[in-house]
Amino acid sequence: MQMKKLSGTVPIAERRKPKMSSFVKKEFLHILRDKRTMLVVLVIPLMLIMLFGFTVTTDVTNVDVAVCAPVRSHAVSKSVDRIVSSRYFRFVGYVDGNDIDRTLRTGKATAVVVFHRDYARNGLYQLVMDGADVNTASTSQTYLNATLSNANTESFYETSPPFEMHMLFNPQMKSSFNFIPGIMGMIFLLICAMMTSISIVREKETGTMEVLLVSPVKPFYIIVSKMVPYLLLSFIDLIIILVLAYFVLDVPMAGGVVGIVLFSVLYLVLSLALGMMVSNVVDSQIAALLISAMVMMMPVLFFSGLLFPVENLPWALRWISYVVPARWYIDAMRKMMIVGVGLSGVLLEAGVLLFETVVLLVASTKKFNDRLE
Amino acid sequence: MDNIITVKNLTKRFGAFAAVDAISFEVARGEIFGFLGANGAGKTTAMRMLCGLSYPTSGSGTVAGFDVMTQGEQIKRHIGYMSQRFSLYEDLTVSENMELFGGIYGMSRNDIRQRSAELLQQIEFSNHADDLVGSLPLGWRQKLAFMVANMHRPEIVFLDEPTGGVDPITRRQFWNLIRNFSANGTTIFVTTHYMDEAGFCDRVSIMVEGKIKALDSPQNLMQQYGAQNMNEVFVMLCR
Repeated sequence: MQMKKLSGTVPIAERRKPKMSSFVKKEFLHILRDKRTMLVVLVIPLMLIMLFGFTVTTDVTNVDVAVCAPVRSHAVSKSVDRIVSSRYFRFVGYVDGNDIDRTLRTGKATAVVVFHRDYARNGLYQLVMDGADVNTASTSQTYLNATLSNANTESFYETSPPFEMHMLFNPQMKSSFNFIPGIMGMIFLLICAMMTSISIVREKETGTMEVLLVSPVKPFYIIVSKMVPYLLLSFIDLIIILVLAYFVLDVPMAGGVVGIVLFSVLYLVLSLALGMMVSNVVDSQIAALLISAMVMMMPVLFFSGLLFPVENLPWALRWISYVVPARWYIDAMRKMMIVGVGLSGVLLEAGVLLFETVVLLVASTKKFNDRLE
Repeated sequence: MDNIITVKNLTKRFGAFAAVDAISFEVARGEIFGFLGANGAGKTTAMRMLCGLSYPTSGSGTVAGFDVMTQGEQIKRHIGYMSQRFSLYEDLTVSENMELFGGIYGMSRNDIRQRSAELLQQIEFSNHADDLVGSLPLGWRQKLAFMVANMHRPEIVFLDEPTGGVDPITRRQFWNLIRNFSANGTTIFVTTHYMDEAGFCDRVSIMVEGKIKALDSPQNLMQQYGAQNMNEVFVMLCR
């Protein structure tokens, strides 16, 4: 190989400070060039929102209802009319008393209302339900009772005083209202914590971290500049989700958008700190992925109130749930989006998240510096 | 003589185990210094201390005029480092990598552009500046990694097993490159497993179990041990 004379290998006296901007630019290039990352970051949140918003729903509609009425009095047909006109039920016809079992078994109906001979006077009826799907059965039972008791109140009962039930904040009981905060809690954890930890650990795996550590860049800056692009990306996601939730899914955002955004940013920072902690503990991308999935995703699913109410958990698990940040975030988001309280109504939640953020940041910075030795 | 590295009784202990046990040596400015030793002999630990990555347990030393005990951050600014594992970003182009490392060492935009052009021209690679590093053959990547380590014109470059897994021709080219930089005043501190490469060094030290067992020019060492080549010297010392 031909060699040319080199210029200026003589050492420079003055050496300037490292430029953070070139570092942040590099992180953006990494993300922009990695199509999978872009997909995870921008498309998956969109898909999840649409999926949960439109298809996954615990609302029960179109329950097939059959009616067994030995005496078809005026009261009975009035009640049946109510069932027919309800959007929750589909009236499939009258059945004979002996046919109830067969009707349910063949799947012709999932609920049978059996009216008492003296329904007009005593208002008694019996529900026979297909209990194979417990959730649907119990929900449609509630709906049926509500529909039939309303029918009673209008005409004849004298026994119980009339009362009306009001569902505040979510009068249509849309479950998408319930899911949106939960999905937000999950997505931000996914992007901020998982993606950040994987991207830090990747540099350890490829050996580039070593070169960075020998350079004059302070380790803390390496971490911070890794966080910047992911923080920005999740902020974009936050905006996308809020826009979709408000305009497409009609989530009310009653507590004001500014508060929601501010609170979410706190949660984003917390997730980044979590990701930093994970990247300190593990040395391979696959381990980072596993830890993120096991230690972060599972608790979000089970302990955050996303799927199951926290109040129903056994006390030991309930205590665990108090540590899971997503639980507080989701709680606060429900309050702010649906109930309509402002930031002042979620001070407890904000306090807990702030405390956890500080603890995580201090611990992981300390751990990071320790590892250098 | 003008010594760029001076080390006296440098020691690193992990608990009761001395990974580096009171080593002393000097490296002259512009010299190619081979730092040899079997796996686990303590080469990497010693090098980490010289690069300001880890604090010595005891002993003293200076690198480029800065104290290894107290001025690690200063040392980092004045050295170049090429890791044993390939250490450029494969998803960035050649010039983006150069720009990044130039920026890390605080070079101005103009300076970065000039220096990149100059270095690429040196290895006749100028028309590949916009290629993704991941698309290049290993030999080229190693040469580029060396160039990037020299981006900020360091006084001394540490090379940790720079030619691992590279074919003989590329290895020869790589050593020509090293010698060219050395001729221009850059000090080269290099570890290697290939004993034929030790012959390219001005002086070599051989480390065994945390101690430096031999330190001299390859010719003198071969003479002293009555060996035909550096391989024999190495085997005699390590046995």
